[in-house]
Amino acid sequence: MAFESYVLVCGGTACVSGGGDSVVETFKKELEAAGLAEKVQVVVTGCLGFCEQGPLVKILPQGTFYVQVKAEDVKEIVAEHLIKGRVVSRLCYDPDQAKKLVADANIPFYQKQYRVVLRNCGVIDPEKIEDYIARDGYKALEKVLFEMTPEQVVEEMLKSGLRGRGGAGFPTGMKWKFAQQQPKGQKYMVCNADEGDPGAYMDRSTLEGDPHSILEAMTIAGFAIGASKGYIYIRAEYPLAIQRLEIAIKQARDLGLLGEKILGSDFDFDIELRFGAGAFVCGEETALLQSIEGNRGMPKPRPPFPAVKGLWGRPTVINNVETLANIPVIINKGAEWFSKIGTETSKGTKVFALTGKVNNSGLIEVPMGTTLREIIFDIGGGIRGGHEFKAAQTGGPSGGIIPPQFLDTPIDYENLAKIGSIMGSGGLIVMDETDCVVDIAKFYLDFTVDESCGKCSPCRIGGRKLLNYLNKITDGRGVEDDIKQLEAISDAMCKASLCGLGQTAANPVKSTLRYFMDEYMAHIKDKKCPAGKCTKLISYVIEAEKCKGCTLCARKCPVNAITGTVKNPHVIDQSKCIKCGQCIASCKFGAISVK
Amino acid sequence: MSNNLETMTPELRAFVEEWKAKPGNLIMVLHRVQQTYGYIPREIAIETSEILGVPLAKVYGVITFYNFFRLQKAGKYNIQVCLGTACYLRGGDDIIKEFERQLGVGVNATTSDGLFSIEAVRCIGCCGLAPAVVINGEVHGKVVTGDVTRILNIYRERG
Repeated sequence: MAFESYVLVCGGTACVSGGGDSVVETFKKELEAAGLAEKVQVVVTGCLGFCEQGPLVKILPQGTFYVQVKAEDVKEIVAEHLIKGRVVSRLCYDPDQAKKLVADANIPFYQKQYRVVLRNCGVIDPEKIEDYIARDGYKALEKVLFEMTPEQVVEEMLKSGLRGRGGAGFPTGMKWKFAQQQPKGQKYMVCNADEGDPGAYMDRSTLEGDPHSILEAMTIAGFAIGASKGYIYIRAEYPLAIQRLEIAIKQARDLGLLGEKILGSDFDFDIELRFGAGAFVCGEETALLQSIEGNRGMPKPRPPFPAVKGLWGRPTVINNVETLANIPVIINKGAEWFSKIGTETSKGTKVFALTGKVNNSGLIEVPMGTTLREIIFDIGGGIRGGHEFKAAQTGGPSGGIIPPQFLDTPIDYENLAKIGSIMGSGGLIVMDETDCVVDIAKFYLDFTVDESCGKCSPCRIGGRKLLNYLNKITDGRGVEDDIKQLEAISDAMCKASLCGLGQTAANPVKSTLRYFMDEYMAHIKDKKCPAGKCTKLISYVIEAEKCKGCTLCARKCPVNAITGTVKNPHVIDQSKCIKCGQCIASCKFGAISVK
Repeated sequence: MSNNLETMTPELRAFVEEWKAKPGNLIMVLHRVQQTYGYIPREIAIETSEILGVPLAKVYGVITFYNFFRLQKAGKYNIQVCLGTACYLRGGDDIIKEFERQLGVGVNATTSDGLFSIEAVRCIGCCGLAPAVVINGEVHGKVVTGDVTRILNIYRERG
């Protein structure tokens, strides 16, 4: 190490949005002023994962971990920590206001994690290829090019047991093998970075924090299947990831790691970026290929599979970002090492974007087989605001809802399928008792109806019909027969839709019906929303004994539905109330409740 | 919106010419058009179809298929309210309603002074900051309905 200390500032989106940029600037200024610019290096890293507590700063070699750092705090960190060597305990993470945890290794959020995919995120400067190379970067590529045949590379992938992390979990080695077996000629290697699941940002963080790992993996895959050209299909909504990939591609070309005769071998491979444009269906591989070709992203029936007939009619392998990030590690450490992580059928780790009603939102990576309880309560720190755990949703709009009785089920592809959800890309949304499952099903249906490409009728019409029934139920017009209709349409969509979007769109409905029938019935029979979410079925009421007559709610009410005189209990006129909830938010005495 | 016809800038023309020979160029070209004008003006769409030799119907077929492309100019400040799942659960829909109420325009519309437009967007990947609002690239996190006036005033003051 050329420097005495390193200040790592998280450059993930959440930290940057929270003021991370000015923290970096202030560190540079303060270090300069203190004459430490030659001794301490400031590094902007990829996502450190603990987004809830951002902006995050980590100081090496001590490993001290500071949370919620503001530009104003920087002077103190420089003066106390970097000059005098004293930890600024005020800025350390404190789970229960009593014990300050100094190093990240001691923080519960990090203790159960195991980082393979995110190995470099938050460690290296993603804009420096030297940093990546220093951490064994491009070593796997060298090994593959000079010590292995394409067949051996595919064999290693098959042995590792790696399965696609984009959702369906198809064995990666098999995909490669199909493409490899096709006659020689133009083939393509495509990286799917069109992360469309709302509430998931694993791929974005990997691309932002470790772009070279994806380039290296694609080149290895290209060698294995005999492709000379690769495309990364990335969401246009991810400008930082695009910028980092552009920098990485240029650096790799300059060093001969991309282009003709890579590292002096006979293998040529180059990568181009193609931007998505906000269509969820383009996460489906045949639709994605249509989009790269410049068309409307409509899926095609399979077979033929892309490995046989893909981009411009040529054999094509499509792997998701997280799948690819595993590959250099598998080559370096061996398939056997990798296959020891995880469960019988699901090897390796899984990255989740843990969000919703959980205390510690963030990006986490755990071995397959970890339970939901460990993820939500040990890593996530439990449910926020002292609420109850009600359910978790994995797999986004294509997934299902998981009720409390499965908190101790080890998470892998098979177990999730058994309980009616899917692994999906890695969104993990936690809900508490104030979330209405009918409303959640409606939220996802709204999304899939909007995103349906319209090519096949089961998805186009079925999704709309499901949404209409759900709206009817949450509006208080539901009848018991609606449940049968929901079930019948869901089954039809599942069986008859053309692509993955339509086949899975009904999953949120099916799983909520399976585990929360009571709640549907409360909406239909009692015309009540137990969670207090569906506005047509609830009313806001002021409890006279608690109301002090402060008039605040009456002043906040946008439709003047609240009347009353000073120091006397107020009343809400139900015919005027639009149930916006502003009164509840403003009441200091807890006098307003949802009935 | 405006009666002034847009004309293709020399930079854009050079870009289109550069991409002309590449297969699958249409979406990449449309991205550059939107980057240049903030939306896809009709006259530029026509010119693009002529240069690339792609039927105008196909150009519009692609534009209207993808959510990212817009046919109308956004406000000077485009308010993007995240409605990803995490933001939705933490009240993103209430935030959007409050912006609509205060500005008197709905989603995908622009205020008459051209200052603000509102857009509901899918997950922007700031779930830790839910509910999140992005205005011209600046992220406002953990927004509650009571913050809306203050946020709007920041931009009104900038004019």
